[in-house]
Amino acid sequence: MLDRFREKRSLRLITALVVGLLFGFLLQKGGATEYEVLVNQLLLRDFTVLKIIFSAIVVGSLGFQIVVRAGIADPSIKPFKPKPIIVGGLIFGAGFALLGYCPGTLAGAVGTGSIHALLGAAGMVAGASAFANLYPRINNFIEKGNRGRLTIPEVLKVEVGLTLLIVDLLLIVIMALIEINNL
Amino acid sequence: MSWLVLTRWSPYGVGAGIGVLVLVSFILSNRPIGCSTAYVRASGLGEELFQGEKVQSNEYYKKFVPRIGWEVALLAGVVLGALISSGLSGSLAVETVPELWKAGFGSSFLVRAISAIGGGFLLGFGARMAGGCTSGHGISGTLQLAVSSWLALFCFFLGGFGVAYLIYIVVGGI
Repeated sequence: MLDRFREKRSLRLITALVVGLLFGFLLQKGGATEYEVLVNQLLLRDFTVLKIIFSAIVVGSLGFQIVVRAGIADPSIKPFKPKPIIVGGLIFGAGFALLGYCPGTLAGAVGTGSIHALLGAAGMVAGASAFANLYPRINNFIEKGNRGRLTIPEVLKVEVGLTLLIVDLLLIVIMALIEINNL
Repeated sequence: MSWLVLTRWSPYGVGAGIGVLVLVSFILSNRPIGCSTAYVRASGLGEELFQGEKVQSNEYYKKFVPRIGWEVALLAGVVLGALISSGLSGSLAVETVPELWKAGFGSSFLVRAISAIGGGFLLGFGARMAGGCTSGHGISGTLQLAVSSWLALFCFFLGGFGVAYLIYIVVGGI
């Protein structure tokens, strides 16, 4: 039944729209669509954004194992390409700091009336276009060091359950430390 | 229903809600939540307006075919959801130059506009090179314990902390 639901184009698009709507609603209610909240996170003055990300990982990681083990959904692991992830990640971070939004919160901010976010979105489309046009020339750099769709338990040769326990406990400890220090 | 008009919810509640939402996305659509792909679909559609079918011969657009699909609908939903949420709590307002920016760089809209477009450019380029953004890598990927996504999340914030310090503290003096 799920397969038929997933395959029908109109239903797929409506599902995406509703999931996005709830995502935007939550981001706004959490303060993550506000420029000042995001920049103050990068300046280590307000930890709202990391609190949201870490609690999403804790809840989602546990639920994800249940969903996958029940055979309801398939993992979607992005390939491990160290060089482009490090270089691209740092460029992304620089853009995050200068613009004051990341791609999802940027879209949310547009919805709340941020004009500079709208300009940032135009810049993002231009940046994506530049990458697409440069891709044939930097193809080697992007694809050569592909180590495959690795997960932490595979690399460390530890059971998934144990990895999950350690990662989630670590995130909970970090969040507790943030709270204790009133950050 | 007064909680719907609250300006702020607990970040932990919001985070937990987003965690559940990623699961909903996996269950209903068999895919993770990720926001940056929509921008490359949009750039391809934009290029098609000017270059026509030539765009389809680009290697990258062969992988990310320019069309309005799941990712674009998701991103449109994000805009709409934040609009509804801010409308309900009364925080919907036009913002051209934010206060924090003004404190460091003055109230010129032009300066803020250029920095926003430049920042967006780096964000779009970097996200495509890294293969995802704060949602696709940072939440959906990390919760699947993907090595790529944990490294990406680390680099996003490492770059973000460093460059924010340079821009706002060293140059802006905030």
